[in-house]
Amino acid sequence: MNRIPLRFHLNDAEIGEFIDSGTTLLSLLRDKLGLTATKSGCNQGSCGACTVLINGAPQLSCLVLAARCEGKSVATLEGVSDNGTLHPLQRAFMDGFAAQCGFCTPGMIIAAKALLDRNPDPDRGEVIDAISGNICRCTGYEPIIDAILAAAAEMRGGKRKSA
Amino acid sequence: MSVALRAAASPREACRHIARRDARLIAGGTLVMNEINNRETVTASLVDLASLRLRSIKIANSRVTLGAMTSMADIAAHPKLKFLKPVVTAIGGPAVRNMATVGGNLHAEAPYGDLGVALLALDARVTLETARQRKTMRLEDFYAQHRKLGAYLVTAVNFALPGANRFFFTKAIRRKPVSASVVAVAAHLPRKGKRLAGPRIALGAMAPHPIRAKAAETALDGKALDETTIAAAASAATEGSAPASDPYASAWYRREIAPVYLARLLAQAAGQKS
Ligand SMILES: Cc1cc2nc3c(=O)[nH]c(=O)nc-3n(C[C@H](O)[C@H](O)[C@H](O)COP(=O)(O)OP(=O)(O)OC[C@H]3O[C@@H](n4cnc5c(N)ncnc54)[C@H](O)[C@@H]3O)c2cc1C
Ligand code: FES
Ligand code: FES
Repeated sequence: MNRIPLRFHLNDAEIGEFIDSGTTLLSLLRDKLGLTATKSGCNQGSCGACTVLINGAPQLSCLVLAARCEGKSVATLEGVSDNGTLHPLQRAFMDGFAAQCGFCTPGMIIAAKALLDRNPDPDRGEVIDAISGNICRCTGYEPIIDAILAAAAEMRGGKRKSA
Repeated sequence: MSVALRAAASPREACRHIARRDARLIAGGTLVMNEINNRETVTASLVDLASLRLRSIKIANSRVTLGAMTSMADIAAHPKLKFLKPVVTAIGGPAVRNMATVGGNLHAEAPYGDLGVALLALDARVTLETARQRKTMRLEDFYAQHRKLGAYLVTAVNFALPGANRFFFTKAIRRKPVSASVVAVAAHLPRKGKRLAGPRIALGAMAPHPIRAKAAETALDGKALDETTIAAAASAATEGSAPASDPYASAWYRREIAPVYLARLLAQAAGQKS
């Protein structure tokens, strides 16, 4: 096993670690850094539970070698709330029953945040596209789509659409 | 398992390294990392292409050149490549599209390789480097020969911009809005007057790599698109194909559905204003 040094930016902290060169970003986050919001679902790129932002763009952390994150900026769900104040997406997911078992939720919120960071006023089709790589086995997706649209409306300062 | 990762210094250096060490190139990693996570690859000595300047989209003299490390998301966002948007936005979700590259897609086995299907219909050329030389070949020849090329690295693909409303793509899927292809169909349909002139039709998931539907092309060449010619092309669609059965569809179903999707695509093309 090759031990290599790695430095990167994680949710506003500078991380310096020695890692095994074969470690995925997902495994580094969960098993070494103890940040377990990012979920390990399939390890194949198929479920989206491990979605994180790398330099602002959603990627699947199970398919990213941690070593390839040198010098990059990684954002996970842990960094989405502001000192304990939930992000509008998190509140909308709670209010709209968009999480049942909750396993897909971190990936869904990261995928949704990537959309809203770029496009504050998405239509329903754009929301569906944004979460099209994220599987949910519980909700049937509709409450998730509604929650993302509600959070977008709130963030734009408008009224939240009632479901 | 042990994985060694090294940054490629140049295309040639990368080729020399993979030839000597039995190493693999890693681009977006969406396929390579799957193999590693599934432990299908025992030795993983990886050469990282991200250090090479291969992520670019250039359009000059009506020819498009895509660097091998260009992502599906880069293509989707390009204002002059709107005709490829239906192709690349049908590949995975946004996270996969941010990672998946052009070079990787040319090496994806069926049912993957949707961009390759489009590029085959567009008669793309592939530029690759070996440890000794640079070559450019037709994508069709690349598919037939690349396993015999030894150590090489694709640096770019290029193709002529199709005319407005001359390029069409569709794919049959099991799960909306995105999933792997049951079958993918791309058609480039240049015209002289009302008649098709040199149409190219490519199919995905109908063989281990994208193939041309040459019998369907012959049925259409020099003809106007109407019900009769569309039916003739559809009935010739699967000639020469060799689809596999996989979790998405059986070979039988693929053979049944390919003519239907080709006919629908051609009907859509016939309905377009010229
Ligand atoms: C959830 C999911 C959904 C997917 N859906 C689709 C889909 O709908 N359609 C589709 O077509 N694909 C799909 N894919 C497959 C894959 O993401 C794409 O085909 C992608 O374009 C592969 O590119 P990559 O850069 O990730 O390849 P990598 O995994 O980096 O590489 C794949 C292979 O190509 C070789 N290679 C890569 N670049 C070069 C180069 N420049 N020169 C020489 N060899 C090279 C590598 O050595 C390796 O053998 C999906 C994958 C996942 C995980
Ligand atoms: S764990 Fe990464 S996509 Fe499922
Ligand atoms: S809430 Fe259970 S998987 Fe989505």
